[in-house]
Amino acid sequence: MRLEPIPAPGPARTLGLPALAIAATVAVAALLAALAGANPLQTFGLIVKGAAGSRFAMLETLNRATPLIFTGLAVAVAFRAKLWNIGAEAQLYAGALVTVVIGTQLGLPGPLAIPLMALGAILAGALMLLGPVLLKTRLGVDEVVTTLLLNFIMALFISWLLEGPLKDPMGMGWPKSPALPRDARLPRIVEGLRLHWGFAMALICAAGVWLIQTRTTLGYEIRAVGQNPQAARFAGIPVGRVLVKTALLSGGLAALAGFSEVAGLKGNLTSDLSPGFGYTGIVVAMLALLHPLGVVVSALFVAGIFVGADSMSRAAEVPTYIADILLAAALLFMVLAILLTRFRLVRG
Amino acid sequence: MATQDPAQGDTVLRLSGITKRFGALTANDGISFALARGEVVALLGENGAGKTTLMNILFGHYTADEGSVEVFGQPLPPGQPGAALAAGVGMVHQHFTLADNMTVLENILLGTEPLWRPRLGRPAARRRVRALARDFGLAVRPDARVGTLSVGERQRVEILKALYRDARILILDEPTAVLTPQEAEALFLTLRKMVAQGLSVIFISHKLHEVMAIASRVLVLRHGRLVGETATATTTRHALATMMVGAEIAAPAAAKARPGNVLLRLEGVSTAPQGSRPGLRDVDLSLRAGQILGLAGVSGNGQGALADLLSGLETPVSGELRIAGKAPAAWSPREALAARIGRIPEDRHRTGTIADFSLTENAVLESYAHAPASRRGWMDWRAARRDAEAIIAKYDVRCPGPETRIRLLSGGNMQKLILGRVLEAAPRIILANQPVRGLDIGAVTYVQKQLIAARDGGAAVLLISEDLDEILTLSDVIRVISDGRLSLEFARGEKTPAELGQWMAGQGFDHAA
Repeated sequence: MRLEPIPAPGPARTLGLPALAIAATVAVAALLAALAGANPLQTFGLIVKGAAGSRFAMLETLNRATPLIFTGLAVAVAFRAKLWNIGAEAQLYAGALVTVVIGTQLGLPGPLAIPLMALGAILAGALMLLGPVLLKTRLGVDEVVTTLLLNFIMALFISWLLEGPLKDPMGMGWPKSPALPRDARLPRIVEGLRLHWGFAMALICAAGVWLIQTRTTLGYEIRAVGQNPQAARFAGIPVGRVLVKTALLSGGLAALAGFSEVAGLKGNLTSDLSPGFGYTGIVVAMLALLHPLGVVVSALFVAGIFVGADSMSRAAEVPTYIADILLAAALLFMVLAILLTRFRLVRG
Repeated sequence: MATQDPAQGDTVLRLSGITKRFGALTANDGISFALARGEVVALLGENGAGKTTLMNILFGHYTADEGSVEVFGQPLPPGQPGAALAAGVGMVHQHFTLADNMTVLENILLGTEPLWRPRLGRPAARRRVRALARDFGLAVRPDARVGTLSVGERQRVEILKALYRDARILILDEPTAVLTPQEAEALFLTLRKMVAQGLSVIFISHKLHEVMAIASRVLVLRHGRLVGETATATTTRHALATMMVGAEIAAPAAAKARPGNVLLRLEGVSTAPQGSRPGLRDVDLSLRAGQILGLAGVSGNGQGALADLLSGLETPVSGELRIAGKAPAAWSPREALAARIGRIPEDRHRTGTIADFSLTENAVLESYAHAPASRRGWMDWRAARRDAEAIIAKYDVRCPGPETRIRLLSGGNMQKLILGRVLEAAPRIILANQPVRGLDIGAVTYVQKQLIAARDGGAAVLLISEDLDEILTLSDVIRVISDGRLSLEFARGEKTPAELGQWMAGQGFDHAA
């Protein structure tokens, strides 16, 4: 068995195969639900209802999608330049950390504190990725390894801070930071509804990234470097500098996920602030085929599955793990579909 | 003397109705022919005519859509290189498949030894390799590391590899592309010895004089079809050329050059070697306005280093680069472009274009950073598309439109876009590195005419080519590169091809250095 490239895939492939991937994902999930002893159709119904069946459910999904849009964008921006940023998780925590420090330690009034927290977070996330990218461009160190390992370093660093210098003295011994003052939190978009301005920021960022990629010279450079660094270098594009700019953008976006979770939702920093938003961002970006507007859609889809599966498992006897399996299956089938749009399987 | 269809008992190989399609392109269209014992058949055709595809089907790298292959009367199962090898078909690829860190003997034995006690048969194997080398005039040292060998020697190892596996049919894909004329002669001697012992050879080439010299029968492919079959004894070069391209060839006629000032000068420049690629060694070079300087040489003798230097990808370790008399303060591709050096790279697929970018995006690859393609960091795609459309119209780039991804274009049209991108920037110095390699004859003539026109417009042109005929046709002055050193400058017609061949082989440099 071999792969033969297809020079110009037709619409039957470019549209049909992703549709087939979705169908295959649904089939796998249905099989698992049946194995768990539930009616597959009913299970799907409950997931959809749990994700979008009520105003509360929908707002919950939008809230859950917010950090995923940020990390999804971070990954999509970096992967477009073939900069393999696996460290969105660490960049998220760096952003959350700076948000909490500025918000609780400086004692600034809210209107001043919030923009400063956001800027500080962006800077922190950008710096988290600057190190790995400089090691890559100067010394050829593989950024997959450095960014991945930084996730663990950051997680341990945060744990230490929460047990030590940043521990909330009023926290009854729990490892958490002091909470942000009321006026240093992101307001709700509509008073009374549980959806904060972080979601709007995420949408604006998605539009911004899309503008950068399609309309600016930087976006052109990023795409050129990603597709063919050799040709980019020959044409006079400063490949190293473009990678550094990409890293700053990507790290900053991931850090905004941390900022928005702390300032918009949780109000303080804990070591379980992110249930793997940084890693799920990779899935979100891949499902969106790295398109910034697609990231919004795929983040909503992924968030919906998680929220819906939570509520479904309370109603039916199917474990919530089905959400993880659904996502994993969706990712695998989608990657396979992308491969098969560009290559044909040949026997022998 | 072979006949049109060899007698049944003498046929060692028969291809029947081979058809192979890649998407909309039909690379091979119902090709049938037979190969007799003890003959050299040349497969002649332009690049893209389908020669390599046909041989890859024969050797099992591709599976044909239609048709069958028979070796010694037995049908060959499609798509299995192992079956072709076992049936006695050997292939020497254009790009060698040798392990540099192993010796000649180890390379030859690779894949033939049992896993259990692999070194057991070594003494016998060494004797056999020596005997084969002697019988066929393939001088190599069995214990030399392949990484230390010259290109010609490596090719001999590839041939020995096939012979050691009892190949009775040998396919050589463009074997002379990497050889000096003298080395090519030695190869032909070897082929004649093989034929005399009853082996059969398929010789793939697009060089007419070689085909006339070595083959007894010629098969001509054009656009995937077998358009002609003739004995070399009853044909002429001219007739073959006409058959190959389907029309009379008009070589570009160059008016006499009127050289002007020196636009670019290298003084004692050396560059660092990169891996197996030699650097430049104490090179002096002057490029004059209104003159084409042809750089002849065997592949891999420092052409890459010189091209990278002028492209801005490399900087000298010693010596000086001067443009219009001034040494540039910094040196990078961007500075080279700013100094108005137009660069046609050797590899149009990997260096010259970005495959999944549109024609528009590729057209502004070197000019995107400033107006009109962009303003203050924002791309002006409408202006960029106008640039692309102008190039498409002026340089006759055949394509569905400027938004087409460039990977869908043929090599010739891709090269025309690159040519347009370079020439529309009004360069004063043009680096043309293998500008017509792999193009069909129509595109070759077109590109060459444009280079001559640029020269007549006052540009200094450095033409790097491994094809001596191309150098002789186009150059006003010729220099030869060998192992990173440059020969003296020869005027057009001053040296014969054979004399240049000696320089290409590295002779004559000692007193010059």
